[in-house]
Amino acid sequence: MLIWDLFKISLRSLRANKLRTFLTMLGIIIGVASVISMISLGEGARQQTLSTIAKFGTNIITVKPGEQKSRHVSSGKVETLTLKDAYAIRDYVPNITGVAAQAYQNGQLKFGNKNSNSTVRGTGKDYGWMANFKMAEGRFYTEEEVRTARKVCVLGATVVKNLFDGANPVGKTLKVNGGNYLVIGTTAAKGALSWFDPDDQIFIPITTAQKRLFGIKHVQSIDVQVKNMDDIETIKQDIESLLRRRHNLRQGKKNDFYVQNSAEWLNSWGQAAKTFQFLLGGIATISLLVGGIGIMNIMLVSVTERTREIGIRIAIGAKKREIRKQFLIESILISFLGGSIGIGLGVLISRAASQIGGLDTAVSLQSILLAFGFSVAIGIFFGLYPATKASNLNPIDALRYE
Amino acid sequence: MIEVENLSKIYQLGGQEVAALNGISFQIPKGEFVAIMGQSGSGKSTLMNLLGCLDLPSSGSYHLDDIDVRTLSSDQLAEVRNRRIGFVFQSFNLLPRSSALENTELPLLYSGTSNSESKAREALAKVGLDARAHHKPNELSGGERQRVAIARAIVNNPSIILADEPTGNLDSKTGEEIMDIFSKLNREGATLILVTHEQHVAQYASRVIHMQDGMILSDSARESQC
Repeated sequence: MLIWDLFKISLRSLRANKLRTFLTMLGIIIGVASVISMISLGEGARQQTLSTIAKFGTNIITVKPGEQKSRHVSSGKVETLTLKDAYAIRDYVPNITGVAAQAYQNGQLKFGNKNSNSTVRGTGKDYGWMANFKMAEGRFYTEEEVRTARKVCVLGATVVKNLFDGANPVGKTLKVNGGNYLVIGTTAAKGALSWFDPDDQIFIPITTAQKRLFGIKHVQSIDVQVKNMDDIETIKQDIESLLRRRHNLRQGKKNDFYVQNSAEWLNSWGQAAKTFQFLLGGIATISLLVGGIGIMNIMLVSVTERTREIGIRIAIGAKKREIRKQFLIESILISFLGGSIGIGLGVLISRAASQIGGLDTAVSLQSILLAFGFSVAIGIFFGLYPATKASNLNPIDALRYE
Repeated sequence: MIEVENLSKIYQLGGQEVAALNGISFQIPKGEFVAIMGQSGSGKSTLMNLLGCLDLPSSGSYHLDDIDVRTLSSDQLAEVRNRRIGFVFQSFNLLPRSSALENTELPLLYSGTSNSESKAREALAKVGLDARAHHKPNELSGGERQRVAIARAIVNNPSIILADEPTGNLDSKTGEEIMDIFSKLNREGATLILVTHEQHVAQYASRVIHMQDGMILSDSARESQC
């Protein structure tokens, strides 16, 4: 008997019990839809991590004050790092290409009648290129301007848009927390990330930030760019021993700062996303499994119901494998149709999640193929036992079955 | 051509051996119309199942067209049932969701025969049902259903047609119509074996075998030889 004929038979018997077929499919539909949407959520998060790494560069080592805690939250004294530490790193640690100390707070920006509450970031002169900011207009501040704590600023693209309606602001004077600052340059847009917009900030010399704006003596972090990624561990050790010496930390005393690689940070963030993805994937897999058990259950019922039909088929010359094939095709058809509907639903859910919930999602071809293959495999796996049971029926008993 | 030699079938019932068939022997040449009669429990259903290759004997031999059935695998038995045997049952045993034509076509699909639809139509025409080919069993009368079953039995040109109480669920007039079809098929050369307990049905046959307690009580062919 041709596969096509068996296919028609299966389709007919599925159509004869429409509600039952649909309910059986529902398990697979829900399972596949959750696999697709969960994977797309995780994949979206992963891609976002990758693009973040690309935006900030991976060759940056960050030194932060305080003790390192597991979740990257520093504790204890947070005023242990100074600008002098940054200069010492610049002068004494080999194989580095740039050092930029940072101090940042939110500030009130004002130009004309327009206001904006943005991040004010005090940095050294190298911060712009180290953080992959490209200049759109004007220039970044110089060593001299940092040394003399000039009231100059470089604006991010979002600030330019909000305060100047996109017009070139170079040469204009801007009020930052009430003080006048000369705009000397603007940076090209980098694009917003979900948790913050790197373009919604202005950059001022670190010294200006410490003395004139924030009134602090410490820095909040020191970024160090390494020349070669292979040296990263050595450089981290160099920085650590240099700072321990500068901070007069005796042996056995804990660091009052911690050193971290941006790639590491993003990696651990990606790891968390991955764990989440696995968790969701696990739940989705379980629901697929439950769907499969539903198929098996209904197929067993179907075999019992159609005992007489099976007897007739065997009597007129159906071979065991043809009976088995018939019921296998039926269960595969259920899981295949359920899988197809589930994929459609999953894609819709992930679209809705990104449009309504604002989450990043990415439906990949692999996840669709995976879900598809998985659902068909479930059809085979859970259909095999009922199908074999059908093919092993004794035709004499089957023909007598009422 | 059927040759049965010392055929026995023993069932295990609650630890006890029950002989449903107890060493029976007979031959049915091609083209014969045989009625097997006997009361329930006489072993005639068991004999039908063995002749129809739905079951294998405990001992003895059964040759169908010189094929020793006991040596066949389950796939080969399926093929024998498909090509050499046509079944007609008391309760018709049609597939409820398939049309008359599809029911008739079914054995051809399992044997992979080409032109299955036109062959099925021919078989339906032989039993006078070509006009109702696309009706489902529940749209047909009892007599019509049995005619579909007969069309299904003859569609593969089998060596023998086994009919188990084919008129048992029909009124006498319809029963006669069905028996007339069997007679006609027999005149055209079909070998027919009919199980019945009704005397007037057995009269259509040219030979009657009476069974009792798993043994042959009388065989009209043997008696005429004597």
